[in-house]
Amino acid sequence: MYETVIGLEVHLQLKTKTKAFCGCANSFGAEPNTLVCPVCLGLPGSLPVLNKKALEYALKVALALNCEVKEFFKFDRKNYYYPDLPKNYQISQYDMPLSINGYLEIDTETKNKRIRIKRVHLEEDAGKLIHTPEYSLVDYNRAGVPLLEIVTEPDINSAEEAYEYLVNLKSVLEYLEVSDCNMEKGSLRCDANVSLRKKGSSVLGIKTELKNMNSFKAVRDALDFEISRQRKILDGGERVIQETRLWDAEEGITISMRTKEEAHDYRYFPDPDLVIFTVDEKVIKSIKDTLPEFPRQRCLRFQKEYSLSFYDAEVLTRSKYLADYFESCAKLYPYPKEISNWLTTEVLAYLNEKKIPIEEFTLESEKLIGLLKILQAKQISRNTAKDVLRIMLDTNKDADTIIKEKNLFLISDESDLEKIVDEVIKNNPNSVNDYLKGKENAIMFLVGQVMKQTKGKADPVRVNTLLKTKLKKGGDNA
Amino acid sequence: MSTDKRMPINIENLKIHRLLELYRTKELNPKEVIDCLFSHIEKIEPKIKAFVHFNREKITKELENIPQKEGKLKGIPVTIKDNICVKDEPTTCASKILGGFSPPYDATVVERLKREGAILFGKANMDEFAFGSSCETSFYGPTHNPWNTSCVPGGSSGGSAAAVASDETVASLGSDTGGSIRQPASFCGIVGLKPTYGRVSRYGLVAFASSLDQIGPLTKDVKDCALLMNVIAGYDEKDSTSVNIPVPDYTKALVKDIRGMKIGVPREYFLEGIDKEVKKAIEEAITLIKDLKAEVKEVSLPHTEYAVATYYIIATAEASSNLARFDGVQYGYRTKDISSVNDIIQFYSRTRKEGFGAEAKRRIMLGTYVLSHGYYDAYYLRALKVRTLIRKDFEEAFKECDIILTPTSPTPPFRMGEKTENPLAMYLSDIYTISVNLAGVPAISLPCGFTNDQLPIGMQLIGKPFDEETIFRLAYTYEQNTDWHYKKPKL
Repeated sequence: MYETVIGLEVHLQLKTKTKAFCGCANSFGAEPNTLVCPVCLGLPGSLPVLNKKALEYALKVALALNCEVKEFFKFDRKNYYYPDLPKNYQISQYDMPLSINGYLEIDTETKNKRIRIKRVHLEEDAGKLIHTPEYSLVDYNRAGVPLLEIVTEPDINSAEEAYEYLVNLKSVLEYLEVSDCNMEKGSLRCDANVSLRKKGSSVLGIKTELKNMNSFKAVRDALDFEISRQRKILDGGERVIQETRLWDAEEGITISMRTKEEAHDYRYFPDPDLVIFTVDEKVIKSIKDTLPEFPRQRCLRFQKEYSLSFYDAEVLTRSKYLADYFESCAKLYPYPKEISNWLTTEVLAYLNEKKIPIEEFTLESEKLIGLLKILQAKQISRNTAKDVLRIMLDTNKDADTIIKEKNLFLISDESDLEKIVDEVIKNNPNSVNDYLKGKENAIMFLVGQVMKQTKGKADPVRVNTLLKTKLKKGGDNA
Repeated sequence: MSTDKRMPINIENLKIHRLLELYRTKELNPKEVIDCLFSHIEKIEPKIKAFVHFNREKITKELENIPQKEGKLKGIPVTIKDNICVKDEPTTCASKILGGFSPPYDATVVERLKREGAILFGKANMDEFAFGSSCETSFYGPTHNPWNTSCVPGGSSGGSAAAVASDETVASLGSDTGGSIRQPASFCGIVGLKPTYGRVSRYGLVAFASSLDQIGPLTKDVKDCALLMNVIAGYDEKDSTSVNIPVPDYTKALVKDIRGMKIGVPREYFLEGIDKEVKKAIEEAITLIKDLKAEVKEVSLPHTEYAVATYYIIATAEASSNLARFDGVQYGYRTKDISSVNDIIQFYSRTRKEGFGAEAKRRIMLGTYVLSHGYYDAYYLRALKVRTLIRKDFEEAFKECDIILTPTSPTPPFRMGEKTENPLAMYLSDIYTISVNLAGVPAISLPCGFTNDQLPIGMQLIGKPFDEETIFRLAYTYEQNTDWHYKKPKL
């Protein structure tokens, strides 16, 4: 029996307005090499100056992950040659990172587990190479973008746990609003170190490093593949080679990229262009004071305060935006369960279907509640309400307007409804007979006919009652 | 406006403070000065070779654009060492690898000179990337010492110093990592100041060793030095190592009184290797200073013997990293035979092999070695520890004195080629200046005598951190009581 040992390294782009060490705009998708200056291009004579906001964001993350923030920290140079690295060294942190020794809690099938965080440090991103058949081109727009490296201890024991860790981490990071955490845009990148060892052994096995995974699912799949690959090697009595492997999502396999024999000597040393930094206790306290309530706490509170199920509370709180939205609705309407139902089913389904990120869901909570109030007053049917919601999400109009425009209010005049019911009874003698003979289901057909006649504007419950009353009378008469 | 009232220009007299006075009284105008310098340069430059880039048309044009507003250096020509960025002008560090590079920005010091109306007067020759003590390693060929053209002008700011000493310019800026302003100032018989680390912005100075580099003035006398410092010193938010404390008016420190000032003379600086004539000149200077009622006493800087070794570990380590960016990808020289290059590693190594000179390669390799895994602790980390001890030496010594007085160089200017084959001998010529950079303190070199062969000898005055004022006060008083600064090379 083997035990799997996994450590994760997450690189997170911070969404500061400007880059880590210069005043260039930090944004994605601009024309190549338009967001550059002498500093981020590493031109001779240029010097870095640390972006205070980047430091503040880094501290936020470190504190949210329960890390110790060091009183002194420094930046080091990591020296290596690569065309996307303008200075041929990266400003990073080596032996005095800004924070160490934190943890993040995750829930596994059986228990709650702490994944220890080894370090959280700040560094600069490199540029990007674009390869064409003839040339390799370099875009330095990304060079100098602030990156946070979040490294775990090897505390993760399965692909599923790794997945859980990443989902929880992302959720915390979103709550902090320091990054857009978008893996496709590369603002969140994950590498994994994985090894297997005999159960009970305290010696780590030979590990491989996995790269090139661009979704959490890919991380899970790659780890699953790699764990079984390593198990087969060990079962065959062979040794795993220490190397870097790439995840090939199409083939569903990992492939060797380079072996560790070529491992770099990065010649780390303190960057003499940046002095040693000190962080004041007061600054740390003030950042702590601004930390939001995190998903786990909020999930517990939602269960208590709004009497929601664990499942509902979890779905709502995983995204800060959705949780905030829910709470703004709950202030307007005293039926949290009802709000939760609409959000977790209809709204999320709609967003999912249209591939709209939750942050871009902009329907005012007043409008959603407006709809729920109309529904509660039984002025429309539940099905109509669902249709109206979709129109609202498409058009951002309020419920009342849509219902009026489309004339969707339930028929409130009892005599109008009676006329239609009478008509349906008259025109469907077979079904009436069936019902009277005891076929309970036949009533559903008749209800359907009434709904069709009224274009859905009748309350099916009322129709049901009305039909039964009429048929009972009719039957008695017959 | 008639020109007949104007005095004929005495080129030897073209000092900043003198020119400012003559401009004020309208006895001279900048154009006359520049024209005069142009014709002087035509005669002198072939013998000296102080400049690597000199654009007469651009200077003439700049002359027309001297700002109407009053600047502290309005109409004063200042030459810039070729490792300091001037927007849209070649900045090559006298290296092939930066051939054709013109930065799209000004160094902060250049920005300040322009703001105060100075005329940028050419880029001065230097040792390639400031690696050297003789100005012989330039890709563009060596500069010659104006006092004896078969001697070196010192380095690495040899071009900046020679241009001032030969009156080809009025003043210049150099950079000093281990003595690169003071030693050539001493060899050329002029004044050169290495300010406190953090006093002058390094933004736009092509880095050699970031924790040691500092930009400073090279001038014909102490007053000019103070005037230039008034413009270039001060906090710069673009340089994280620049220090945000107020800058005094340095000219106010030039009082002719040093009564009661305590001068420390470190015994370790007079042991071995010091030239007899240098020693004699320093001793005479000390006697004069005593006559001027300053108190002279012996002090100790016990870790002096480790300074050169420490320096060459730290400086080369930083240099190896700072010079990594010169790879032919974005700018500068790129290997010509690109079609036969197989991969990016070969591209880098060919570009750098062809682009860097021997001394640059030597230092890059040394620096790479001392930082590599397995040697880091033994060399780099240990050097950092010794650096701390050297810094403490100065702190201790400054408890007993206000200024430390030493020779600037153990020898007078040596002959060209004399030390090029022996890097270690060359490195030792910085023995008296290096500790100052390791400690980050300020120091000036000023003339204090001549050898029998009429070669200049320099004296170094070292001050407490950010106390350039006391240095100026002593230097000015000494200068006013001697006439070394009136002596001129025969060219």
